[in-house]
Amino acid sequence: MDPDLALLLNGIVSGLLLGGLYAAAAAGLSVSFGMLDIVNIAHPAFMVLGALVVALLWAATGLDPLLLSILLAPAFWAAGAGLYVVYHHFFERRGDEAIQGLAFFFGVMFIIEVGLVLAVGPEQHFADAAYASTTWRLGEIDLPLRMLVPAVVALAAIGGLALFLRRTFTGRAIAAVAQDREALRLLAIDPVRIKRLAFGISIAFAGLAGGALVVVQPVDAWSGHVFIGRVFAIVIMGGLSSLGGCVLAALAFGVLENVTASFFGPSWSPAVAFGCLLLVLAVRPQGLFGRVA
Amino acid sequence: MSGAVLPSPAARAPRRLGHAGFWLASAAVAALLILALRGLGSEYAYFAATFVLQYVVLATAWNILGGYAGYVNFGAAAFFAAGAYATVAAGKAMGLGLLPCIGIAALVGGALGFGTGVLTLRLRGAYFAIATLCLSVVLQTIVVNWSYVGGSRGAYVIRPREVPFGFESYGGYLCAVVVVLAAASVALARQIETSKLGLGLAALRDDEAAAEASGVPTLRLKLVATSISGAMMAVAGAPLPFLGSYIEPNSAFGLSYAVNAIAMPLIGGTASWAGPVIGAVLLATLQQVATVTISSAANLMIVGVVLVVFVCAAPHGIIGLFRRRG
Repeated sequence: MDPDLALLLNGIVSGLLLGGLYAAAAAGLSVSFGMLDIVNIAHPAFMVLGALVVALLWAATGLDPLLLSILLAPAFWAAGAGLYVVYHHFFERRGDEAIQGLAFFFGVMFIIEVGLVLAVGPEQHFADAAYASTTWRLGEIDLPLRMLVPAVVALAAIGGLALFLRRTFTGRAIAAVAQDREALRLLAIDPVRIKRLAFGISIAFAGLAGGALVVVQPVDAWSGHVFIGRVFAIVIMGGLSSLGGCVLAALAFGVLENVTASFFGPSWSPAVAFGCLLLVLAVRPQGLFGRVA
Repeated sequence: MSGAVLPSPAARAPRRLGHAGFWLASAAVAALLILALRGLGSEYAYFAATFVLQYVVLATAWNILGGYAGYVNFGAAAFFAAGAYATVAAGKAMGLGLLPCIGIAALVGGALGFGTGVLTLRLRGAYFAIATLCLSVVLQTIVVNWSYVGGSRGAYVIRPREVPFGFESYGGYLCAVVVVLAAASVALARQIETSKLGLGLAALRDDEAAAEASGVPTLRLKLVATSISGAMMAVAGAPLPFLGSYIEPNSAFGLSYAVNAIAMPLIGGTASWAGPVIGAVLLATLQQVATVTISSAANLMIVGVVLVVFVCAAPHGIIGLFRRRG
C-alpha cells in the first residue's frame, strides 16, 4: 500500500478511537451545558479528578481502571448533585447565573486543580490496564487496545445514557427541563430535583471519562486545560443537547486532530480543530447538527 | 446584575469630577506613587509594584467588556500574551525600546480585539466566552510554532544597559511606566463609564434586544468595547518580557492571567472603575505575599477560593457590599 495512504488510514482510525475518548468527555457536558444550560467550565477538571483517583486506586488495588471508574461513578454523581445544590442556591435562584455562575465554576476548577497538585503532587500519574500493550492489526491498520477498549466502553455508556433519556420517565423529564422548566412544574415534577439528578449524571460521566483518559495517556493535575476548549467545541459543534450529534462531532474532531498531527506535526493540531470551532461559531452558531432555535 | 449596581445619577451628581479633573487626579496619584516608590528605592519594591499594577491594567481592561457590557472574556491571557509577544517581535525586528513597543502592542491588541468582535458578534453569553477561550488556544499554537519569537523554547529579552529619564535602575523605569499605564487605563475606564459609550454598554448588558430596539447601536458599541479592551490588555502584557527578561508561551498564555483578569473585577465589583482596581490591588498583593511566604501553588489556591467565596457571598463585589449598607 502507498505509505501516505496507510498513514492517512491509520490517522483516521486512531482519530476515531481518540474521538471515542472525546465523546466520553463531551457527553457529560452535553447534558449539563446543552440540556441544563449550566456552563460547567470545571467539567474537564472533574475528569482529571476522576483520572487521578482511578490512578491512585489502581496503584493500591490493581483492579482494572475502567472498572474502577464505573465503581466510582456513584461518588461522582453525589459530588455533582451537591455542587448543583450550591449552584442553584447561590446563582440560579437569584437569576444571575451568567457571569457569576461562570466565575463560580472557573473558581471551582482552580480549586480542584490546585487541590490535586497539593494532594498528589504535580507529576504525571498513570494506570496500566492488562490489555494496554496489546495491538490488533488489520492489514496496514493498527488497533491499539489501549485506545479501543476505552472508546468502546465510552460509546456503550453514552448509548446507555441515550436510552435512559429516551425511554424512562425521569430521562424524558431531563430532556423536558431543557426545553421548558415552567411547563414541567405544571406536570407536578420538581425541575430542581430533575436538574440535580441530571447534573449528577453529567459529573458521573466526567469521572468515567477520567477513567478512560488515564488508560489512554498519563495524566497530571493540569491535563484538563487542553480539554476545556475541546469538549466545549464538540458540544457546540454537536448542536448542544443532542447526544448523537455530540458523538459524531467528537469523532470528526478526533479524526481532524489526528490527521493534522500525522501530516503537519502535533504542535499544529489544536489550532486546526479550534479554528474549525471558531468558524462554526461565526458561521453556524447552532452547531453542525443543531436545529435553529 | 442591575438594580443595586446602578446608583441613580442624581444622588452622585454633586461630588462628581469632570473627565479632565479625573485625568488630572489620576496623574497626581501616579506622580505620588512614583515618588513614594523612589523613596523606598528597593528593586523588590519595584518588582512587586509592577506585578500588582500590571494586574490593575489587565483587570480594568477586562472590565470594560466584561463588567460594562457583560461579555465574559476567557481569553484575557491571549491578549496579554499578544502584547508581550508584540514587544518581543518588535524589539527583535526593529530594536525598539519599551515605549514604542507598548504602542505597537496596543495596535496589535486593538486589531485582535476588533477581529474577535467581528468573528463573534452574533454570539452571546457563554458562546462568546468559549470563542475567546478558543482564540487563546489558536494564538498559543501560532506562537509555539513561530520560531522567530522563540517558539516553545521561549525568548530572552535583555534589559537595555542605559536607563532613560534619570531613573537609577531599569526596574525603577519599568515600574514608573507601568504606574503611568495603570493611572491612564483607570482614567480611561472611568471616562468610558460615565460617557455615552458606557451608558450604551450598560444598556446592552441589561437587555441587548431592548437596547437595540430603543436605538442603541449595539453592534458598533460592542466592537468599540472589544477593541479598546483588547488594546488595553495587550498594553498590560507589553512590559512583561522586560520584567522577567524571559518569556515562553506556556506562562504567557497561562490560565492564571485569565483567571485573575476575571476574578479581580468580580471581587472588587464590576459596575464601576474602582472595582477592578480594588480587586487587583487586593488579590495581586495577596498573591505576591503568598508566593514569597508560602508557595506558588498556594497563591493560585487563594485566588480560586476567594473567587468562589465572593461570587457566592457578595455577588456585587466589595463595592456592592458598601453600597448596600450605605
